[in-house]
Amino acid sequence: MTQLALVIDLNVCVGCHACVTSCKEWNTSGSAGPLYDENPYGADPTGTFFNRVQTFEVGQYPYTETVHFPKSCLHCEDPPCVPVCPTGASYKRKQDGIVLVDYDKCIGCKYCSWACPYGAREIDEKQKVMKKCTLCVDRIYDLSLAEIDRKPSCVKACPTSARLFGDIHDPESAVSKAIRENGGYALMPEWGTHPSNHYLPRRKTNLKIHEDELERVDNPLKVDGQLPKPGKNEPTLDDFS
Amino acid sequence: MKPVFSVIFLTTLIGVGQGLFLALFTQQSYALFDLLPYQDAHFYGWGSLLALLFTMAGLAASFFHLGRPERAWRSAAQWRTSWLSREVIVLPAFMGMLFLYGAAHLSGLDPVLVTLPSGLGIHATVILGGIATILSFALFVSTGMIYACLRFLQEWNSPLTVINFILLGGASGFTLATLYAAMFAPTQIGFLGWWAIIITLLGLLGRGSSLWRNARLRPKSTMQTAIGIKHPRIVQTAQGAMGGSFNTREFFHGRSELFLSRMKVSFLLLAFALPLLLLTAGLSQPGAGVLGMAFILQYTGLVAERWFFFAEANHPQNYYYQKIS
Repeated sequence: MTQLALVIDLNVCVGCHACVTSCKEWNTSGSAGPLYDENPYGADPTGTFFNRVQTFEVGQYPYTETVHFPKSCLHCEDPPCVPVCPTGASYKRKQDGIVLVDYDKCIGCKYCSWACPYGAREIDEKQKVMKKCTLCVDRIYDLSLAEIDRKPSCVKACPTSARLFGDIHDPESAVSKAIRENGGYALMPEWGTHPSNHYLPRRKTNLKIHEDELERVDNPLKVDGQLPKPGKNEPTLDDFS
Repeated sequence: MKPVFSVIFLTTLIGVGQGLFLALFTQQSYALFDLLPYQDAHFYGWGSLLALLFTMAGLAASFFHLGRPERAWRSAAQWRTSWLSREVIVLPAFMGMLFLYGAAHLSGLDPVLVTLPSGLGIHATVILGGIATILSFALFVSTGMIYACLRFLQEWNSPLTVINFILLGGASGFTLATLYAAMFAPTQIGFLGWWAIIITLLGLLGRGSSLWRNARLRPKSTMQTAIGIKHPRIVQTAQGAMGGSFNTREFFHGRSELFLSRMKVSFLLLAFALPLLLLTAGLSQPGAGVLGMAFILQYTGLVAERWFFFAEANHPQNYYYQKIS
């Protein structure tokens, strides 16, 4: 079974919001209608987004780190938002595990948003239906696009390749490898929702070099420096290099 | 959570309707076994139509909760998994049965359908009322489970939620039934009034237990599990939106702690303490004025209680929406 998902590398995310704008641009232009914005240029702007980049400060000054944290629907393997939907508008696709909302069936009761611990769902204040990340389902299967472009909009936009996209049920996929080898984790595991999207933790690359490793013992370049100085007929640096 | 007035009125109004019907049918059941005098058919008939009015008002209020009310019919589809869908089916079924029960009384079309071996005749209204009673409890359970089934809303995720919906709906319904009896069947004030007092006391016990439980809850989710970083100090500096969003509007009550604690005291007074006093007074000196005041105060108190019920629930998504940079 396929389970498409995003793997987000917090180690390289720089918090540029390119994924946010790219997501908004693609999904507001689709056949499902715009993602409504209210007072976009006014004093109190608000709008519908599938993806947001949040920023957290971890630690106490001066030992702090700023973590940029992109968050969208995690396409849970056991999504709590799906069974609560009274109309069946909220569903999880069998073929690829994407959690979707049928905008033509949604009655806008917001119950699914109450049932999502991650706050991944937002109501569209104009269409009055619940909206959420579709993993760009209208893009990843579009054969009119070049194969390299058949990825979610946010993944294509990321300048640091912090976002990986693939099938987490295929152990050979790049995302599975990234989760396996780089300590990928899920958010709020305590609720048993089994989110498909994973996050890769911050990593520090440290290399321990011992003092004696800084100098090569048999460095031929050292020959000239040896004392007492070798005789004129002894080999010189030029004989080695 | 942000208190939603459409849902507050839906749950409190249908609660009164269900409770009032249960009160009338309890009286009829007692009368069936000659424990109480059988009342005029109009008493049960008009009373159940009054209960129907309350459920209709609740149903009307619920439509204001929907973004797309014209599609409301679709919400009956997922009764296999969704408690909301089950409520959507059971509410009209209960209303229909309530109507039949009232209509059978008022029209006099109440033949004896079954005769028990003891010679006791079971009238059509008893059977209709029995079905309506089952539906009424099914409705209480469905309504309560809508909230109780959300496992990460820990304040709601308890059997007490369902129990309190039953007890508080019952209390307000029996109080209204006492008032109704004061106007149309004064001999029944004692019976209904005492039940109203007992159920109100049980409601106080149930709601008190849930307040006690919720004050001692330890949230399972933390900032650490929310973003998966292990450090005792994690502070949000930006939530990804300069203005508010659906997430900042829907899940915060937006009031101070002081306001919340005042609301708690208000609903404890209005829904329990004052109605208990007024009911006791109304029993010793029956009068529609005192009992009417008891019902109005209790209903107002239950609206406040339902407001507090929403406000006290902490949604874990709030960890992600703490600061607008």
